[in-house]
Amino acid sequence: MLLSLSTTHVPATDLGFLLMKHPDNVHQLQLSMGRASLFYPQADEARCTAAIMVEIDPIDLVRGRGHATGQQDSYVNDRPYAASSLLMTAMRRLLGTALSGRSRMRQDLADSDIPLEVTITPLPVRGPADLAARLFTPLGYEVSTTPVVLDPAHPEWGNSPYVTFTLRGRVRLSTLLRQLFLLVPVLDNSKHYYVGEDEVEKLLREGAGWLDAHPERDLIIRRALKGFRPLVARAQAELSAPDASAPADADAPDTPEWQLEAPLRLQDVRIAHVVETLRRLHAHSVLDCGCGEGDLLRALLAVPDFSRIVGMDVAPHVLARAAQRLRLDDMPELRRRRITLMQGALTYRDRRMQGFDAACVVEVIEHMDVERLPAFEQVLFGQARPGIVIVTTPNRDYNALFPNLPAHAMRHPDHRFEWDRATFSRWARDVAQAYGYTVAFEGIGPVDPTHGTPTQMALFTQAGHES
Amino acid sequence: MKIEIPEFALVLLVGASGTGKSSFAARHFRPTEVISSDAMRGWVCDDESDQAATPDAFAMLHALARTRLKNRRLTVIDATNVQPAARKSLVALAREAHALVVAIVLDLPEAVAVARNAGRAGRDISAGVVSRQMRDLHRGLRGMRSEGIRYTHVLHTAAEVDAVTITRTRLWTDRREDTGPFDIIGDVHGCADELQELLQKLGYTITWQDKAVQVTPPAGRRAVFVGDLVDRGPNTPDVLRIVRAMVEAGHALAVVGNHDDKLKRYLSGKAVKRTHGLAETIEQLEAEPPAFVASLRPWLDGLISHYVLDEGRLVVAHAGIREDMQGRASGAVRAFCMYGETTGEIDSFGLPVRYDWAADYRGQAKVVYGHTPVMEAQWHNGTLCIDTGCCFGGRLTALRYPEMELVAVQARETYAEPLRPLGGPATPEAPPPATMPDVADVLGRQAVKTHDLGTIVIAPDNAAAALEVMSRFAVDPRWLIHLPPTMSPPETSAMEGWLERPEEALAYYRKNGVSSVMVEEKHMGSRALVVLARNPDVAARRFGVSDGARGIVVTRTGRRLFDDPAIEAAVLHQMDAAMTIAGLWDELATDWVLWDVEAMPWNMKAAGLVHAQFAPVGAAAIASLSAAEQALAAARARGVAVDDLQATTAVRLEDAFRYRDAYNRYVTPFEGLASVRIAPFHLLASEGYVHADRDHAWHMQRAHRLAEAGGPLVMATRHRLVDLNDPEQCAAAIAWWEDLTEAGGEGMVVKPLDFLTRGRRGLIQPAIKCRGRDYLRIIYGTDYDRPEHLARLKGRNLGQKRSMAIREFALGLEALRRFVAHAPLSQVHQCVFGVLAMESEPVDSRL
Repeated sequence: MLLSLSTTHVPATDLGFLLMKHPDNVHQLQLSMGRASLFYPQADEARCTAAIMVEIDPIDLVRGRGHATGQQDSYVNDRPYAASSLLMTAMRRLLGTALSGRSRMRQDLADSDIPLEVTITPLPVRGPADLAARLFTPLGYEVSTTPVVLDPAHPEWGNSPYVTFTLRGRVRLSTLLRQLFLLVPVLDNSKHYYVGEDEVEKLLREGAGWLDAHPERDLIIRRALKGFRPLVARAQAELSAPDASAPADADAPDTPEWQLEAPLRLQDVRIAHVVETLRRLHAHSVLDCGCGEGDLLRALLAVPDFSRIVGMDVAPHVLARAAQRLRLDDMPELRRRRITLMQGALTYRDRRMQGFDAACVVEVIEHMDVERLPAFEQVLFGQARPGIVIVTTPNRDYNALFPNLPAHAMRHPDHRFEWDRATFSRWARDVAQAYGYTVAFEGIGPVDPTHGTPTQMALFTQAGHES
Repeated sequence: MKIEIPEFALVLLVGASGTGKSSFAARHFRPTEVISSDAMRGWVCDDESDQAATPDAFAMLHALARTRLKNRRLTVIDATNVQPAARKSLVALAREAHALVVAIVLDLPEAVAVARNAGRAGRDISAGVVSRQMRDLHRGLRGMRSEGIRYTHVLHTAAEVDAVTITRTRLWTDRREDTGPFDIIGDVHGCADELQELLQKLGYTITWQDKAVQVTPPAGRRAVFVGDLVDRGPNTPDVLRIVRAMVEAGHALAVVGNHDDKLKRYLSGKAVKRTHGLAETIEQLEAEPPAFVASLRPWLDGLISHYVLDEGRLVVAHAGIREDMQGRASGAVRAFCMYGETTGEIDSFGLPVRYDWAADYRGQAKVVYGHTPVMEAQWHNGTLCIDTGCCFGGRLTALRYPEMELVAVQARETYAEPLRPLGGPATPEAPPPATMPDVADVLGRQAVKTHDLGTIVIAPDNAAAALEVMSRFAVDPRWLIHLPPTMSPPETSAMEGWLERPEEALAYYRKNGVSSVMVEEKHMGSRALVVLARNPDVAARRFGVSDGARGIVVTRTGRRLFDDPAIEAAVLHQMDAAMTIAGLWDELATDWVLWDVEAMPWNMKAAGLVHAQFAPVGAAAIASLSAAEQALAAARARGVAVDDLQATTAVRLEDAFRYRDAYNRYVTPFEGLASVRIAPFHLLASEGYVHADRDHAWHMQRAHRLAEAGGPLVMATRHRLVDLNDPEQCAAAIAWWEDLTEAGGEGMVVKPLDFLTRGRRGLIQPAIKCRGRDYLRIIYGTDYDRPEHLARLKGRNLGQKRSMAIREFALGLEALRRFVAHAPLSQVHQCVFGVLAMESEPVDSRL
C-alpha cells in the first residue's frame, strides 16, 4: 500500500521539516506487522511529495485471524496491499510529531492551512460509490477517485472495491492526518481489529472540532466502533444530540432485510401479533422454531401465561447470542425455569419438539430450500404435532412497495424463496389437509389495498384441538 | 441341585438377612452382575447398614438394574426381596426390558440366619427382624408365579445351597450361531402349490409319499418361514405338512404368525371368530385324519416368537420387531411379533392403523418380516416386509440371505379378497418418517462403528457445527449416501525453493510398504459425487426419493452442484447413456451407481470466490505495487538510496502478476451444459457392492470407458501406474508432474494402488495431492515462495489433516457399506454427518 503526501506550498521542501524526515533519505521503521518506508519521489521548490510504503508480512498476518466474514478471513487476502488501519498504524508511528501539530523548525507552518494533496493506492471503499466524497467533501476537500478494475482480462467483471484516491485542500497538516486516521478505516470497514473503550477516546480526540458537525457523523461513529452498541452510544452521548435533519443512513448494514423494513419496525409488529395470537388461543407451552437471537422469546417471557418456552435454532453461535441477549445467566430462577434453548434442525425428527400447545415458525421457512419443505412439514406437523402452528413469511406481492429493492430481488440474500399470497396459501392449505389441521390467514404490517401486508401469516389449528 | 437360568434374565435372590445371599451371589455370578442393596447403601452414604439410606439405595439399585437390563445383561438383585411389594417394582423393571424373572429363594432355618447375623460385625439385625422377614417370605412364596416370576427355585438347607450348580441357557429365540445361508419365505397362507413352486425355484426338492413329504434343501441352505402358514388359501394342511417336515428335519425354522396362533387357540377349544380365512382352514382340516389334526396343536404351540440369527445380524419375526425386543422374551414381545402395534386409530377401510415401527427402526440387525401385504418387497431402514399377498393373488416371495436376492412366484389365483388395497392407502408427498433421520442420531457425542477403522468418535461441538451446514445447505439426506474425505498434501519438500513436490508423496507410500501407486492428474474443478439411478422408479425404490429425479450431483459438502436443475438432469441423462454404451450397467448388474468425480469448470462453483477474493487481492496487489514501483523509480532518479526497496518491489509485483495468471488459468467462462465437464475417478458403489476392494487400476479403467462413451461431457483422467521400487518410473512420474504444473495444471494425486491400504499402524492415507508451484499462490498468497516466507511456511504440521483424512475416509466408506447393506437411513446418515462434522475441526485450510 502506498500513500503519498504532497504540498505546493513554497518552498515545498518545507514538507521535510513538517514531517521531520529529510527528503534525501529513506526512513524505515520496523513494525510488528512488517516494515514501513518513507521516501520522497519528488522534492523541489514547487512541489514536494513524501511516499509512505508499508510492506506487510503476509505470513505473520494470518496468524492472528479474527472471525469476520469475507475475504479477510482467508489466508490470501488484501490486507498486505490495501490501505487500512495497518497503514494508519504505520503512519502514526512514522509521523507522530506531525500528527500532534508540532514542528521544531516550522511551527508557524504546522499551524497554517497549506495546500496539501494525498493519494492513496489502493483505498478500499465498501459501501456506496460516492462514500469517499461524502466523507471528505464536507471537510472542505476536493476528492477524486479512480476505480481499479478487478481484472483487465475480464472487463465484464467490472471494478474492484478499490480506488486510487486523491484528496486536495488547504488545511493544516495535523488536521488532515487526524481526519485520514479516522476515515480511512471507516471507508475500509474491515472487521479486522478489535475495538475497546480506548477506541472511543481516540475517536473523540481525532474527531475533535469536525466530527460533531459532520453530516455522516453517525455512520462514521458506527463504523469506527464496529457497530458495537454500548461504545456507539457512549460516543454519541459525548457528542451533541444527533441532528434530526441528517440525511438518511447511507450505510449498507449487514442485514439488508432490516434496512428495507426498518421504517416499519416490522419485526416488532410481527412479534406483537404472534404473541397476541398465542394469548388469544390460550397457549401455555410454546416452541419457537428458528428462534434466532431471541426477539420472540423475549416477548414471550414478558407474558406470564407462557409457562414453558423453548427456543430452537440450528446455529450454536446464534443460540449463544440469544442466551446472552436474554441474559439467561442472570435471570431470576422462576423466570429462568420457563425458558429453554436448544439446538435443533427443522428437517430432523426430534422428540424434544413434541408436546407443545403451539409452535411458531416466524420468518424461517424462506430460509429453507423448497425441496426440503416436505421434510419440515413431516417433522413439525407430522411428528411434533403441536396444537397450533404459526408460520410467517414475507409476502412477495408487497416487495413492489420497497423503493430500495430491485424487481425480482429478495429481501435477504439467504432467502431461498419469497412467496406471493396465492402460493403461500396454497402451500398452507395442502399442509393443513395432509396433516389434519385447519388453517386461517392473517396479514401483519401496514395494509396496501393491492399488495397486502409485508408479512403474511398462516395460523394452523389441529383438528380437535381445544383452544 | 442344578438350576437353569436363561442367560438373559433378572435374578432375584430372596431370603431373610443372614441366609447367605451375598456369598451365594459371589459364588455363582460375576461381581458386575450382582447389585446388592447393602452395596448401594454404601455408595450413597458410606454405611452399608444405614437403614435411613434405604430409599436412596433402592433408587440407585433400580436405576442400575434398568440400565443393565436395557443393555441385555443378566442382572442379579441381592436384597431380601421377601415382600411382594419389593419384588413388584423389580418385576416391572424386567417387564419393561422384556427380561424373564427368576427367583432363587434361600429359605433356610430361622436359627441359621439369626446365628449368622449375630456373627456379623457392624450389623444390628435382631432375631425379631429375621423372623418377620421369614414370615413375609413364606406368605408370598406361593404367589410368586402370579407376580410375574417365571421360574422359582427354593433352597431349604445350607447343604442344598452349597450343592447348587447354575447353568445358563440360551433363550429359544437366540440362534446367533446359525449363520445360514437362509431362504426366508413370506406369508404362505395355505398356498401349497405356490409354496412348492417357490421351494423348487430355490433349489429344494420335494418328494411326496402319499401324505408324507420330504424336502431336501440345496447344500447348506435352510428355509425360514415368517409365519402365517395357515388360513385363506386353498390347502393349509399340505402347507403345514411341508413346513413341519422341514422344521422337524432341521431344514427350516418357523416363527409364529397371528393366524397360526389363532388356529392353535381354535384347536385348543378356545372360542375364536371363524373370520379372516379360519373357516376355510377348519373346513380343510375336517377332511384330514384326526390324528394329523390333533398333532398340529402342540406343534403350533411350539412356534417361537422370533429368531435372532447370523451373529445377531438377522432377525425374523412375523409382524416385525423393535430393536429393544430382539432376543428377549415377554408376553409383549410375543404379541408384538405376531400383531405389531397399532396406534389406536382406525383407517378408512375400518382396519386399525398400524404403528410404523420400521420408521423408528435404527437397529443393527436386519429385520425380515411379513404380516402386512405389500405390492413389492422394499427395504426400509434395514427392514424388509416379504409378504407380497400370495393368497390375495399377489406373489409368494423369498429372500435369499445373505445374497439379499428376492425370488418370487406368482399366485395361481386370487384365493381371498384383500380388506384394503395392497400397499396401504396412497401416501402424501411428504417423506415417510422412515426416511428421515432423527436429530438424536447426529447431535451430541456420537460413536460410529466402522468396518475399516473401528469406532470413530464425533465430538459434540463438531456435530453441532455440522448440523447447521447439513440442515441449511445440504441436499435431502436420502441422496446423501457418501461424502469424500479431505485430502492431505505431502510433507513439505526437502528441496530449496519448493513448498510441495511429489517426492515426499512417493516416499510416504514407500515407507508404508506400498509397492505400486496410481498417479492421477488433478483436475482444477470441484470435487463432486454423482448419484445416478437408471430411472426415477429406481430412485424411488432404492433411495426413497420419488419426486421424479433419477439422481443428483452434490459437492463435497453435500450441496447441490448445479444451480440449474435442467443442467443437472442433462448431465445425469448423459452419464446414464454413457453407462449403457460402456456396458457398465450390465457389467455391474446394477441399476444405480455412485461416481466420485471432479466437475469443471472450476468457476461454475467458484465464481463467487474468484470475484470476492482472488481477483480483488490481485487487483489490490498490482495497484499497490505498481504505484510503489513508480514512486520508487522517481525517488531513485533523484538519487535517493531506494535500490533495495526497488528490487523487492519489482519481485513482488512480478509475483502478483503470476498470481493473477494462476487463478485465470482455471477461469473458463461457464456457458451452461456445453461447458460442463465431468472427470470420474472412483466408481464407489453399485447395488450390492462398495468397490473399495477394487484397485485404482480397476477404477481408472471404468472411468476411461465412461469417458470414451460419454461424449464431450465425460473427461478421462490421465494417470500412470508407478512401481515405487523402480527409480526410473519414480523419476518419470516426477517429471510428468513438473510438466503438468509448468503447463498450468493444478498438480497430481498419488494413491496406493489398492483402494484401501493398511500400513504397519493401520489405514494409511488413501491419497496425497501434490500441487503445482503457481497453483499454491492462490492458496498461500502471491509471494509465498519467496525464501523468507517459505522457510516459515515449511513448518506446517500435517498430523491433524492426515488423521482427519483417514477418519473421513473410513466414515465415508462406512456410509456406503451401510447403504449397500440396506441399513436404516439414520445409520447411513450418521456416517455422512460424521464426515461433515470432522470437517468442522479446526485445521489449516491451506493444507
